[in-house]
This record gives sequence, structure tokens and C-alpha cells, in this order.
Amino acid sequence: MADPAVADSPHIVIENLRFRRGRKVVFDDLSMRIPRGQVTTVMGPSGSGKTTLLRLIGGQLRPDAGRIWVDGQEVAKLSTRRLYALRKRMGMLFQSGALLTDLSVFENVAFPLREHTDLPEDVLHALVLLKLEAVGLRAARELDPASLSGGMARRVALARAIALDPDLILYDEPFTGLDPITMGQIVSLIRQTNESLGLTSVLVSHDVAEAMAISDHVVLIANGRVVDAGPPDELEARASDWSAQFLQGRPDGPVPFHYPGASYRDDLLGQGERRDD
Amino acid sequence: MTDAIASLGRTTINALVVFGRAFVFLMRVLASLDIVIRRFGLTLAQVYSVGVRSLLIIIVSGLFVGMVLGYQGYITLVNFGAAEALGGVVALSLVRELGPVVTALLFAGRAGSALTAELGLMKTTEQLSAMEMMAVNPYRRIFAPRFVAGFLSMPLLAAIFSAVGVMGGYLVGVGLLGVDSGAYFSQMQSVTDWNEDVLSGVIKSIVFGFVVTWIAVFQGFNAQPTSEGISRATTQTVVVASLAVLGLDFILTGLMFGAG
Repeated sequence: MADPAVADSPHIVIENLRFRRGRKVVFDDLSMRIPRGQVTTVMGPSGSGKTTLLRLIGGQLRPDAGRIWVDGQEVAKLSTRRLYALRKRMGMLFQSGALLTDLSVFENVAFPLREHTDLPEDVLHALVLLKLEAVGLRAARELDPASLSGGMARRVALARAIALDPDLILYDEPFTGLDPITMGQIVSLIRQTNESLGLTSVLVSHDVAEAMAISDHVVLIANGRVVDAGPPDELEARASDWSAQFLQGRPDGPVPFHYPGASYRDDLLGQGERRDD
Repeated sequence: MTDAIASLGRTTINALVVFGRAFVFLMRVLASLDIVIRRFGLTLAQVYSVGVRSLLIIIVSGLFVGMVLGYQGYITLVNFGAAEALGGVVALSLVRELGPVVTALLFAGRAGSALTAELGLMKTTEQLSAMEMMAVNPYRRIFAPRFVAGFLSMPLLAAIFSAVGVMGGYLVGVGLLGVDSGAYFSQMQSVTDWNEDVLSGVIKSIVFGFVVTWIAVFQGFNAQPTSEGISRATTQTVVVASLAVLGLDFILTGLMFGAG
């Protein structure tokens, strides 16, 4: 990080990414840069492949074409050993939390430390408590993941994601399905974590208000491409028709309310698509 | 007609694809086996959940199978005035056939289905994915210890099944039907050959343990990440593993006793 060239370079660079799942084209020539040390949110409608994008960045999926660099390393070309080395510096928060159900809250947070370090038990204990304190769940350390609420599970997962002090965290839909209080806690935790640990945060979300509030940089994607990108205020000011519809949540616009097909009139008059057999 | 041929072709290709995936999966698990030595605790915990927790069903079944063998054997043998041979009949049936086969069937139902459901659920709740993202290889951390635990537990369970079965036969034959106690054990000792009978049973149980665990762990890994997918995978484990055990038993018996 001391090297200014590294400090200024984008943390993640995606160029001409193509990815298809079966016959469905998820990404078609998608390019973006994710700046280092900031909170970047990738927003798009449901089914626009936001989670898939995180899996591509984390190397769990391979692109059909195009390239993804994380910290200057091309993810798809890394050997398993180097990919795992890269992932140790990368935390990921799954929508469900994805806590290991056979371990307690404490052991879940301790898991990456136990797997990757040889710390003495007392140091490990102190570290885990530190991480749990940061998410406000130090007192819940003996609980079973099954007894946690959705928001608590996500906070434990955040504590686990920062256990190895990564320099990049990927958040998959961190705001989905939370009550307003928990939502506020998660929003401030993401911002605080980003600032206090000086890391790069990448969120994928379709919760416009929360995402716009905490992001330094927003990327809008639809139909497999980047529609618009920039700081939230600029984006709102110059929004195209599509972005305006998305950001303001209008039910109809460039993205139609109706699933495409024959017109209603034709259907009623029996002139639309009809099976004659 | 063409539809039938097309669907036959599709089914065959799908089956081959699954078999190919299962084989690749097995190779990856075998390539991760060093973890078993490096962190034996992981495997030991699985031996407990796969093996020790199957003990009750194995012991109870072994006892009843042995008792039934004692009855049936006595009823037939007494007609020929050979009731003293009961010990040999019970021991041979158990060590050669019933021990490995029935244990493997019970093991598939008890431990195999539990393994599949556990792994399928871990996949559905993204736990395996999360582990990969934490740079922890699930083949080493999750699959290999479970595989080795199943593979180690099966022959031990089969041995326990046979031993308890012999005691069950003794209870009925000697305790209830009045066969001489000394004759029961001396017959057993004289007709049971270490290489031909005991070892062949051990080989069978090792093969069954390998196959049942492979099927169970693979089905969990390969399950569709939905509740329906897990239920289907669990059923598949029990059905496929049971059929594989019975089919392999025929082949192994043919190989080991056919030529003699």
C-alpha cells in the first residue's frame, strides 16, 4: 500500500466480461473499475447477475470471455494456491450469512483464524472477541447460529469476513430482508468497517436509498452491461431515463411493467398468440 | 418411437455425466487425503458421527439376525441330527455374507443418508461456498474426513455386527434350544477359516464401505440446492448404495468363492 502507484490503481478491473448461464447471457461486454479504499455499490434489477459478478470476482466462476483483475492479478488465470492466497485477503458476506451451522458464533468467527494461522489460543480468543465487539455481538458468542435473527447472522458473518483483516470485502445484498433498526446497524457497520480498516468494499444491492447513502461510487448494470457509473449525486443529477426509473423506483418506463408479448387488445380479440390445436 | 430412442439416449448421457462427475469428485477427494493425517481430529469427529452413532442400530440388528439364524439353523440341522453344527452355520453366514451386507445396507440408511442430507444442506445454505471464499478447500476440510471416516467405520461395524450376531445365535441355540455350549464354539472354530471366511468378509466390508461412503458424499455434493433436491439426493443415496452393495456382493462372492 506504500507504493503510490498501487494506492491509486483501481482495486478491481473488469474488462469486456462475457458470461452466460445455459442459454441466458448474464454479462455481455461488461467493463468497470472499482476504486481502492472506497465503498462501491453495483446496483441493478433482480436477475441482472449481481451475485454472479461477486462470484466471478472471487474466482468461484470463470468468465466465458474478458478478464477480471483483483489487485493486479488476473483471477481466472491463478493457480488454486494463488487463488486461495488472494481469497485470504478478500472477505465475502453472503446474503444468508452462510454461517457454519455446527459451530457456535465464537467458533464461526474463529474458523478462518484456526484454518490459516497458528495463533496461541489466548491470542485467538482476544482477536475473536475484538471482531465480535466491532459488530456488537461479543455477548452472543456462545449462541448457536440457528438461534440468531437474520440481521445478527449477517453481523456475525461480517465479523468472520474481517477476521483475517482483508483489504477487500464483497457484500452480497447486505440490506435484503432486514427491519429498519437492523438495516441502520448494517449500513453504519459497512461504512465504519470501510473507514476504520481502510479497505475496499464492494456491495451488490437493489436497495437504492441505503446504497446511495453509503457509497462513494455507484455502478448501474442492466441487460448484462454497465448503464451508468459515478458518484451517487452525479448519477442522480444526470440520470438517463433508465437510471431515473431505477433510482426513483417508478413502476413503468424504459423497463416496461408488462412482460413483453402480444397487445392486450389482440389477446382479448383472440388475435394474439393462440394455440389452435 | 424416435421419442423413446431420444429419451433413452438422453437418460444414458445424463447417467454417464453423473458417473463422470462422481469419478472426478472421488479423484479430488483422494488427492486431498493428506489432511486426514495432518489433522486427524477432523476425521475422528466424523468417525464418531458416522460410526459410533450407528452402533445402536448395528448392535440391535446384529443381535436379532443372529437369533433368527440360531432358530432357522437349528430347525434345519436338528432333522439331520447335526444340531451341534449350529455354531459353524451361524458364524459362516454372518462372517461371509450377512455381516458385511446387512451392515452396509443399514449403514447406507443410517449414516449414508445423514451424510448426504448434511452436505446437501451445507451446499444449499452456501456454507461450502463461504468456505471456498475463506480460502478453505471443502474437499480437504469437509469431504475427505467424511469419506475416510465412512471407509474406516464400515469394516469395524461389520465386525461388531458379526460378533453380536454370534452371541445372538448362542442365546437362542444354547440358551433356548439346548445345543451344547462347548460344541457351539468348537464347531465354529473348526469350520471358520481365517483367510477364506473372515478375510473375505473383511474385504467385502471394506469395498462396501468405500462405495457407500462415495455415493453418500457425492450425492450430497451433487444435490440440487433446494429442499426437493436434498430429499431426492438422500433417497438416491439409500437406493443406489443398497443396489450397489447387493450387486457388488454377487460379484465379490463370485470372485472369491466361485473358482474354489
